[in-house]
Parts: sequence; structure tokens; C-alpha cells
Amino acid sequence: MKSLRRFLDKIKPDFEQGGRFEKFRATFDAFETFLFVPDKVTFSGAHIRDSMDMKRTMTVVILALLPPLLFSMYNTGYQHFSSIGETGSFWQLFGFGILRILPLLVVSYVTGLAIEFVFAQVRGHEVNEGFLVSGMLIPMVMPVDVPLWMVAVSTAFAVVIGKEVFGGTGMNVLNPALTARAFLFFAYPSEMTGDKVWIAALREGKNIIDGFSGATPLGNLAQNITGHLPGDMDAFLGFIPGSLGETSKLAILIGAFILIYTGVGSWKIMISTVAGGLFMGLILNAFAANDYMSLPAYKHLLFGGFMFGAVYMATDPVTAAQTGTGKWIYGSLTGMLAIVIRVLNPAYPEGMMLAILLMNVFAPLIDHYVVESNINKRMRRMKKAMVNNGK
Amino acid sequence: MAGQAEKIFGKPVSSEFYVVKPTDFHGLVPRLEVKEGSMVKAGTPLFSDKNRPEIRFASPVSGMVVSINRGERRVILEVVIKADSTLEYDQFTTGNPLEMNREEIVDNLLQSGLWPVIRQRPYQVIANPKDTPKSVFISAFDTAPLAPDFDFMIMGNEANFQTGIDALSRLTTGHVHVNVNDKYTASPAYTQAKNAKVNYFRGPHPSGNVGVQIQHIDPINKGDVVWVLSPQDVIAIGRLFSNGIYDASKIIALTGSEVMKPRYYRIINGASMKSITEGNISEIPHRYISGNPLTGKRIEPAGFISFYDSQITVIPEGNHFEFLGWALPGLGKYSYSRSFFSWLRPGHQYVLDTNKHGGHRPFVITGLYEKVFPMSIYPMQLLKAILAEDIDLMEKLGIYEVAEEDFALCEFICPSKSEMQVLVRKGLDLMMQEMS
Repeated sequence: MKSLRRFLDKIKPDFEQGGRFEKFRATFDAFETFLFVPDKVTFSGAHIRDSMDMKRTMTVVILALLPPLLFSMYNTGYQHFSSIGETGSFWQLFGFGILRILPLLVVSYVTGLAIEFVFAQVRGHEVNEGFLVSGMLIPMVMPVDVPLWMVAVSTAFAVVIGKEVFGGTGMNVLNPALTARAFLFFAYPSEMTGDKVWIAALREGKNIIDGFSGATPLGNLAQNITGHLPGDMDAFLGFIPGSLGETSKLAILIGAFILIYTGVGSWKIMISTVAGGLFMGLILNAFAANDYMSLPAYKHLLFGGFMFGAVYMATDPVTAAQTGTGKWIYGSLTGMLAIVIRVLNPAYPEGMMLAILLMNVFAPLIDHYVVESNINKRMRRMKKAMVNNGK
Repeated sequence: MAGQAEKIFGKPVSSEFYVVKPTDFHGLVPRLEVKEGSMVKAGTPLFSDKNRPEIRFASPVSGMVVSINRGERRVILEVVIKADSTLEYDQFTTGNPLEMNREEIVDNLLQSGLWPVIRQRPYQVIANPKDTPKSVFISAFDTAPLAPDFDFMIMGNEANFQTGIDALSRLTTGHVHVNVNDKYTASPAYTQAKNAKVNYFRGPHPSGNVGVQIQHIDPINKGDVVWVLSPQDVIAIGRLFSNGIYDASKIIALTGSEVMKPRYYRIINGASMKSITEGNISEIPHRYISGNPLTGKRIEPAGFISFYDSQITVIPEGNHFEFLGWALPGLGKYSYSRSFFSWLRPGHQYVLDTNKHGGHRPFVITGLYEKVFPMSIYPMQLLKAILAEDIDLMEKLGIYEVAEEDFALCEFICPSKSEMQVLVRKGLDLMMQEMS
């Protein structure tokens, strides 16, 4: 490590102001700080600082994303092999999944990070770590068969239009990964919806067993087909078709535990979103005008991307509500809206994406009213004091 | 954190030179009252406030003014006094403050140069003698890391503390609040203080911060003025009224992981730290801080303690790189979050250095600062209002109720490595300009 440090110290002056490669300072800086936690010290104020930084924060989120990611690799293989009526060993299934998913990850990271580096370069600030998470989330909210070029285009769209035009990480209004998904969802709906996209190589149609349906439970439900629903255990463990990361609720719960225990993810948002979803499910049950409306409320959590959205997407600290009270409101509305869109709007089988994006837009408004109530409290206190002094 | 001071006194402190730093008093424009070569006694004014000439700053010892050190644009940084071998005092009025009227008390404090120990909220600056505060707050415990024990410091000075309280009680229309810790404050001088209201607090830092206490007991509204003092300054006021002298002696704690024998010392304010740190500090590059590691000011190794501080902290500098440090388990790394595996070692005493542990980023994480900011204020929203220099919004969000130190813990845990205390000071200065 010492020799690496020496090498970096040797070439560093070239990247400083006035050096030969001054233009590439942000790039150098990104690699240097990736390898070494910088030697920068405090100057005034708090002389000591917590060991936690943005890199660590993002590392924790990535760690929390690993269980669903690993499971999705297995499930991709499992779904494929079931579709052709064969069985394979664990490693065959897992290996098949790795080969399918790795390219998606690579494309998403390369595209996104390249854009991030360029923007950091132009703006002259350090490269932000936010994309390390977004880059992993983007493939995980896509169907497995999405073409690679679409991943690249949607990532570019999400990073440039969704994030950088607002000023970069910390300033964006919409969740970048969901922006990418929404972009594809509306631009290329045939690649993002239907019965064929959720299972690898299903569209090619080779060796598919007769009568096999690749539809997701929500896809079926949207067409009022309630016969083919998977069992609760399958849905909980994740042996169902769906976007990559969303299928295994067990893996997501492990991730949720990591996020909450380390203090990185907001438990308030997770709990209120789930509560909101359940509540709306129960209301719909009470009306029960059709089969979908009478679907037991808890099943909404088991199907589709509800849990994945609640744990990893709604909790994005930048785009969620920022105040404590705001988080409760934001979470419960997200959960309720997602179920409303699912059940009452047959055009969109899954409501989580749109619910979160919509609430992202409303989050600043929610915060505004929460902060406003704090201001009003202060004003009332002042008026009361003035009245008392007047006496 | 490692390096708490043991409750015994170290050897007596000898200091040839004493220093009064106008820079300890935020926003002060000093006007010199002495020249190089002037002879002074303890209590003789060295300089006064140009804008409020009645506020004087006294020499802590008797001797000769040997130099007046100036910085950029001839700003006065230090007035250095070479101490005589025996201490001589200027004489001021003595008497029972309960039998004196308000003007006499204020006048005595101003004359003796003791007035600057009284600071006001809002803005955390020296109080204005023309104001009548709605209350006076004294926090009788310090919860900051490595903080000195106020119970230990008051031993032997209980009577003077009470006299100081008596004097202060004549200055406000409201109460003098003595805030003690529910669990461990033991000295009856605090818990049975007369002519004062004793309030009980519990909980970890920042429950000892006077700003937090004010917010919970008598919050500051626009136009309100509250005065704050530290217990040792109250004792100094007591000594003025009983003995008629400006007695700048105080007790300080030398703390920090790099101090071999962290102890308490009796000093006279403005003393050089050289004699107590020499030979008592291990041999690597260090940060010397006047005050606690969260809010203190950086000083030179042989530097001088600041006017308001009663603690010197020595911690290692953190100017080193750490290979892949953000990815390692981090068993020995302190973090408020549980993202390092150091949560497996509860109660471990950490050696914290001055490394920032990361690069500066925009605000990303939310809901974190509120956990260490027990006030009915939204810290991030207020900071953003200051960044935007939106005076109106700052006022609405409660800028009058805070000082830099209240944000110290937010700054400490901030994963974006923001400089919050500097920012809050900027906001307070903006408000002060706007309101004057």
C-alpha cells in the first residue's frame, strides 16, 4: 500500500492547480479518495469528526442491496429453467443469472459514472458517490430481458435530466433509478410490460413448454385473472417472475434490517409506506367491488415491487420528505397511492414506481407545511409572550 | 473518548507572560487603553469596546505591557503582559449585592472589567449593559466530550458563587436559572442556590449546552435578550463583590488522549499553557485546542487559553491517508451510526484525531441531525436559510435561539462533512447587522 501511496503522491502535483493535467483533477481525486480516505483535517469548529462519510453511507446501501441482487441472479436462472421445463443445479441456475445480470450492471455503472465524472470535471467538484447506489438500483428495477442499449439510454437520461440538471447529487427532485425506469416504461412500453419480458429468453420462444405463462402476479391481477397466483411462500421467498430486485421479500427484509440497524435508511418511511399500503388494501377489501379489490391486503406486499420500493426507493433521503413528520405523511401516502394505482387503474399493473415519483414531487410541499407549522408555533409563542408582558 | 482529566490538581502553573486576546470576544472592535511599557495592576483596563466604550477588558495580573501583537490590517491580536512576582490589584467597590441597586452592580462590573464574562443570546456576544435580560442562565454541568467536572471546580468557592448569583438576580426582571444534572450534580452550591431557580436536566450531550436549556425553559422570542454565564465566571463576580478585586484565577482541565497525566490546574486567566503541557504530551504531531474538541479554538502548543474556556484538549492530528478506509469493517472507528463494526465494542474509549474521514458533499442524509439537536428547530432548514442569506426565513426558523455550539454535534456526525459552526456564526453576524 505504501508504494501505491508513494506513486499517488508523485503524480498528484500534475493534477493540482497549474499542473499538467489540471483538467482531470476531479477524476484523479475520485480515484485517490476511492483508494485512500483523504488526509484532510478539520480547521475549526468540531475538531473531531465521525468516521462516517458519504462513501461509507453508500457502501452500506450497496451492502443492503446485495441480498436481493444475489437472489435475483438465482431466480433468473430458476425462472428460465422452469420455462423450458428443465431443472438445473444451484450453480447452473445461479451462473445463468450472473451471465444475464452482470452485463446490465456493467452497462448501468459505466454509463452513469462516465456522465458523473464529466459533470464533476466541468463543475470542478469531487465526484459524488450517489451513483454507486443508483447504478445498482437501475438494473434491479428492470425486467431481465431489457436490451442493454435501453439500460444505457435510460441511465443517461436519469443522470442528466433526472439529476445533473438540478445540480447533482443532493439537489435532484426525482429518484434517479425510478426516473430511468419511468423513462423506459413510457418510451418503450413493450419492453417493460406484458407477459414475455420478465423471464430470460422467453421472448425468443425456444423450447418453452406448452402453456407456460411468464406473467407476473400483478400482470395477471390487472387482467382480473386470479387463478394463477403464486402461493404466499413462493411470493415471500421470491420464486416468481418480476423485476430483478423485487421478487424476494425475504432478501428485501434482510436489506431493510441492515439499513435500519446502521441508521442509514429511514425506518419511518419504510413503516409508514407499508402501513399505508395495508390500510388502502383494507379499504378496498371493504368495498370489494371486483376480484382484485377483494385481494387480501397483505398480498399486495408480497406481489410486485411494493416492498422493494418501500425499502430502497421511497427512502432515498434526497427525494423523500426531509422532516420527521413529513416522512410519516410521505410514506403513508406513497403506500396508499401505490395500491390505488394498482387496483383502480388497469393500465398500470404496478403502482409503486408512479406512486414514489409522484410523492417525490410532493415531498417538498409536505416539508413546507411541516416547517411552516414549526414557524407558526414560534409565532404563537412570541404573541403569547407579548400579551403576558403587556399585562 | 480517551483522556478525561483525573480529579486531582497538577503542579502550580507558572507563567511569565499573560495574554488578553480581543479575538476571544466575537465582533469586538478594541480601543487600546495602554501602550507598550505601561504598568498595570490586575483590574486595570487594557482596552475597551470602541462601540460601547463603557465595556472594558482588564489585565488579569499586575506587571508591564510588553507587546501588542497585531495581525493583518493592524488588527490587535494579543496584548501581552509580563507579570510581576507579586500580584497587585486595583480596588473596586465591595458590598452585599442584595443591598445594592441595579446601576451600582452594573457599574461595578463595568469598572472592574468583569462585564465581558456575561454573554447574551441571541448572537452569543458580550451582553449590552443597557439591556435588561428576561432571564439569566447558568449551566452547572458540561456534557461535551472530555469536559471538566463543574462540581469539582466549585469546591471551596461555594460562597462566592452564591454572591455572584445574588448580584445577577438584581440584573434581570425574570429568574436566574441554575441548570443542574439530574443524575450527577452534587454540589449544594448548585442544587440549593438561593435567589435562583434550579432546573434539572438529564441525558447525553448536548443537554449541558445552555442553548438547549434555554429552549426548554424560557425560549427566546424575537426581541428577547437572555444572558448566559459559566459557573466560574459567576464565582469571579462573587469575588469582586466580597473582596473588591478583579480576580481572574480559575480552574482548568488539561484533557485529551495525548496528555500523559490529564489533570486539573489552577491558573490565572490568560496564562501560557507551556508550563503545563511541556513534558506531559506524547511525541507526535498534535492539535492543541482551547476548549472542548467539538467547539474549541485551535491554539499553538505553547499558546494561551481563551477567555471563556476552562479546558485544554490535546488530540492527535489526523493528516494521514487510510487505504480503503471507507470499506473496512472499522472496529476501532467511532461512529454515531452503526455503519462501522465498532458497535460491537460498547464503552470503548476512542482516541479521536482531527481527520475529517471524508470529502465535503452537499447535504444528502436527512433526519440525522435532528437526533442530536434536541430543540424545536429544524437544523438543516435553518442552515440552508443561512446559506441562502434569507434573513426573514432565518428569523422564522429560530436563529435567535441558537449559537455555534448548538450545532457542534450535527457537524460532528455530518456524513457530508459540512462546516456548520462557521456557517451558523455567519448567520448570526448577518442577523446582527440587519437588526442594528
